[in-house]
Amino acid sequence: MERRDPVGIRFEAVSKHYGTQAALDRVSLEVEPGEFLTLLGPSGSGKTTLLMVLAGFTRPTAGRVLVGGRDVTRLPPHRRDFGVVFQSYALFPHMTVAQNVAYPLRMRGRPRAEIARRVEEALALVRLEGLGQRRPDQLSGGQKQRVALARAIVFEPRVLLMDEPLSALDKKLREAMQIEIRRLHERLGITTLYVTHDQREALTLSDRVAVIEGGRIRQLDPPRTLYEQPRSRFVAEFVGEATLLPVVRHGSGLFWRGRPIRTIRPVPETDPLFLVLRPERLELLPATGAAGEAEPNRLEGTLEDLVFQGESRLAEVRLEDGTPLAVRLPASPRGESLPLARGSPVIVAFAAEDAVLVSDSP
Amino acid sequence: MSTVPPAPPVPGAAAGDETGAALARDARRERRAALALALPALLLVGLVALLPTLWLFGLSLIEGESLSLAHYRRLLTEESYRRIFWTTFEIAAVVTVLAAILGYPLAYWLSRLSEPWAGLGLVLVLVPFWTSLLVRTYAWLVLLQRRGLVNQWLLSLGLIEEPLRLVHNWTGTVIGMLHILLPFLVLPTYAGLKAIDPAYPAAAASLGASPVKAFWTVLFPLSLPGFLAGCLLVFVLALGFYVTPAILGGGRVLMVAMKVQENAGLYLDWGAASALAVVLLLATLLIFALLARLVPIERLLVGRS
Repeated sequence: MERRDPVGIRFEAVSKHYGTQAALDRVSLEVEPGEFLTLLGPSGSGKTTLLMVLAGFTRPTAGRVLVGGRDVTRLPPHRRDFGVVFQSYALFPHMTVAQNVAYPLRMRGRPRAEIARRVEEALALVRLEGLGQRRPDQLSGGQKQRVALARAIVFEPRVLLMDEPLSALDKKLREAMQIEIRRLHERLGITTLYVTHDQREALTLSDRVAVIEGGRIRQLDPPRTLYEQPRSRFVAEFVGEATLLPVVRHGSGLFWRGRPIRTIRPVPETDPLFLVLRPERLELLPATGAAGEAEPNRLEGTLEDLVFQGESRLAEVRLEDGTPLAVRLPASPRGESLPLARGSPVIVAFAAEDAVLVSDSP
Repeated sequence: MSTVPPAPPVPGAAAGDETGAALARDARRERRAALALALPALLLVGLVALLPTLWLFGLSLIEGESLSLAHYRRLLTEESYRRIFWTTFEIAAVVTVLAAILGYPLAYWLSRLSEPWAGLGLVLVLVPFWTSLLVRTYAWLVLLQRRGLVNQWLLSLGLIEEPLRLVHNWTGTVIGMLHILLPFLVLPTYAGLKAIDPAYPAAAASLGASPVKAFWTVLFPLSLPGFLAGCLLVFVLALGFYVTPAILGGGRVLMVAMKVQENAGLYLDWGAASALAVVLLLATLLIFALLARLVPIERLLVGRS
């Protein structure tokens, strides 16, 4: 399969209204040529609507969509030349695997010999050699997923669109397919727009992630930035695990229940403010003892539970005001364990650089 | 009847064998319970359909007091009988083809409609079922006769100069039967189209198929099971039609069911009537067998995942 020069995608103030309900509210977004960009959001956020607008299945109420600099807003789907992988795979049940993969080439009137060769290539690319004569109902979920992928890329589309393609697979298979999709993207260099509600999947796959909620893009950043520097309460809560504590401003200082919170992170201008605590950035200490004195931020609480989860342990701490706080600890190597019993008082400490602050709105 | 495989024998201890035997007993009891539920319907079908059919078959082999193939011989040798069978199958085929041509687009259009319009459309398709077949047939007689509404309109529009002969003939019979049988084609076709995941046509479009190509390569093949079921239903029902050809055919269109009625009701010749019915039944089954050979029905029905 050849690499084609990748194209960029540009959404210009795209809106979609259903009656008075806005599924998309003036969304503007630029996808770089060759980029893997994920639309991440809860169900009903508008992420699938945006993908369907790009694919041409949903007519926007206002705005424009440009692909490679060309306005495609009114172009019918079959002339857009995009590969689409559907959530249900949509493999044609009355055709064999090979016929499914050959379909886009047949529609383009390619010669028989070329079709046969490219179908072989595409099936090899997704590691399904020799399964061409099977029918879709004779395949496992993961195999169907690969056929759908092969069918979507065999005609070397300009853009690849994927709508929650892994949501029907179990966890292990999903993670394996994520790696395959990354590998395929690296190999083909095709501009890819991916839709998911699984934040972990978004972080794993993407060059950049657009967090969508209420028909608007809340934040658009590379995965690491998105995780470490959420710009709103919504993003902080939706991406990764986090506990949010309300903090107030007094002069130049920040306080949670009268305790000073020290940070070297930027502080948003608007109130209300929230402190974002990631479980793996927290340290758990016995209330008696001098360890962790170096950390500038210390919160008091009670250890409620300590759960073994394999690669790590999860501690549930109840803070003095009753807020539950999750702390992730490394699974004790070589039998070392925390000298802590349930119900014992503990200190939760964290560094000034891990004190991330967000406001209610972006 | 579904066949449940017997419980596999449990290897090992005697206690295990006992459990295995008990499980097999449970399975048998469940099968018997299911059969008991179906029994009333099976008895009814046996008593009012199967038994009389066999009885008829027996009657068709009796001439006077003795066993004979005379009735069948007459069917083969008499020119009029051959004409009746030809007319019957011809009308059934024509009605089926016309119903398919008219019905598929209607079912397709209904399947595209969003609620509440789709529901309303289906009710309109079903409305004719609420009036008696006799009433509808006589209504067509009124509409299609020499000075009927249809001819009056065509005359006043200047499209024709002489009234068309639309009824008391082959044309009137086909029009009336088409109207009555159309819903039997539309409903299964509609159900078949509705059952198709809308992602299929969308996928076809995304892969470069124009709407026309997407229809012929994806939607139409996937709708075939429902559509063919509708066609067969119309064809079979048309073969046995009696009232409509009797009224709208004006005595010029003789179908098998009418001849059966004539033989049994008028001449009290049950043997001849039975022979006719048996031949019609066998001919229909023969056509099914041929169709099943030509159209790979099982292949169309599998794999709707």
